[in-house]
Formats: sequence, structure tokens, C-alpha cells
Amino acid sequence: MAVHVGSLRAWSCILVVAGMAIAGECLVAAAMRGLGDLDVIRAKSGMPGAIKAVLSSPLFLAGAACMALNFFAMLFTLSIVDLSLAAPATASLTYIGNAIAAQIFLRENVDQRRWLAAAFVCAGVFLLSK
Amino acid sequence: MKHRLTLLQYMILVAVMLTASVGDTLLSRGMAQVGAVDVHHLGLLWRALFNPFVDAGIVLLIGFFASYMTALSWADLTFVMPATAFGYVVVALLSRFWLHEQLSVYRCAGIALIVCAVGFVANGPSRTERPPSHHELDIMDSGAGR
Repeated sequence: MAVHVGSLRAWSCILVVAGMAIAGECLVAAAMRGLGDLDVIRAKSGMPGAIKAVLSSPLFLAGAACMALNFFAMLFTLSIVDLSLAAPATASLTYIGNAIAAQIFLRENVDQRRWLAAAFVCAGVFLLSK
Repeated sequence: MKHRLTLLQYMILVAVMLTASVGDTLLSRGMAQVGAVDVHHLGLLWRALFNPFVDAGIVLLIGFFASYMTALSWADLTFVMPATAFGYVVVALLSRFWLHEQLSVYRCAGIALIVCAVGFVANGPSRTERPPSHHELDIMDSGAGR
């Protein structure tokens, strides 16, 4: 029973870490999509203008907050789960979750080729961790 | 809708791939020189800031975040994701040839899969938008929401 509770806790932590990463990356991607090409903004208003545009986006700030929470959640997870499980599990879940979230929330056209790429990245990350 | 990338945009994607992986490797090398940090030796974190490998790693990770956000401003998240994953391949190659670690058959297979994944998306459009559904088209036709 103790093993089941421990494993449930470990996988809950891994899911929270992956969830924070997915939320952070989607929010930052939505913010950047809303701002438009940063190279154009930089050419027009210089580097300070581009930095100001990014930092004044509420979506970017929410995304950065999620990424910060993801960092601390990962630190907590590493204190109870081995790195050899936590790193590939969170990375793989994040890649698949990002593809799903990008299709639903960012309205990206995730075609067969991109699904295959996400699946290959998951398998590749899993093998690299061995 | 096809969005072809310019040379500068390809260079930004290469920067995304390289800066994160090389930055992590530099941090790893620097922290190995600094020593293990624990609650009783937090002062080591301050000393780590004066290690040239750690400094170079921090600069490269800032560069990664800047180039990653730039890439997301003109490309889909699902297009940029495999590029960031390619960083794992660079880390594996750096650990083999710079840190002289062993690359197992599993890791070689993992590298091959990630390279394939990058190849799948590299030839496709960098930015896509899903066509509106029939229901959304009906709403547009009826003028609702105007």
C-alpha cells in the first residue's frame, strides 16, 4: 500500500510539473503570437522597445509565473522522485501535452506529421535517459 | 498557408538548439568545479557566480530564452518544440566528445528518433492556423458577433 501511495504521490508531482510547463509554454507562445514578429518590433523600436512590448504582455507575465512555479515544482519533485524517472517523464508528458494544448488553445493545425514528431521526441527522450 | 523561413529565422532556431544545450553543459561543468551545494554550504552558490563556466552558462541560457521567444513570435509552438528537443542530442554529443562520457546504444537510438522528429517538421510550414469549423463559419455568415 505504501508503495502505491508513494508512486501516486510521485506521479501526481510529475503531472503538476508537466502541467505547469505546458501552461507556461502555451501562455508565452500565445503572448508572442499576439505581439507579432519580434524582429520587426526590434527593427522599428529597437531592443528596449521589444523588451518593453514583451514585458507589458499579461499573457507573457502569466506564462513566466507558470514557468517559475514549474521550476520550484520540479525541485520539490526531485526531492521525492529519482531524476532518471522525473526528467524523461516530465519532458515526454510536456511534449505530448503541448501538442494537445497547441491544437486546442492556440488553434495550431497539428497535422499527422507534427503528432508523429511529438511521439518520436517522447520516445527519443525516454531512450536518451536510459 | 505556407510560411517559409528566412536565413535569419533558421539561425534563430539553431541558436535555440545550441544555446540551451551548451549552456546546460557549461553550468554542469562549472558546478562540478564549485562542488556540491547543500543547505549548510549555501555560500558556494555565491562563489559559483565567479566561475567562468557558470557565467558563460548563464549568458547562454539568457540567449536561449531570448531566441526561443523570438522563434515563437513567428512560428508555431509545435514547430519550435522539436528544435528545443534537438538540444538533448547536442547535450548527448557534447557529453560524449567533450566530457568523454559513454554513449549507449539506447542513447544513439534516442538521438536518431529526435533527429527524425526535427526532419518531420522542418520541411513543413512554420505557422499554421486551423480553418474555422462549420459552426464558426455559420456564425460568421449570419453576422453574429459583428
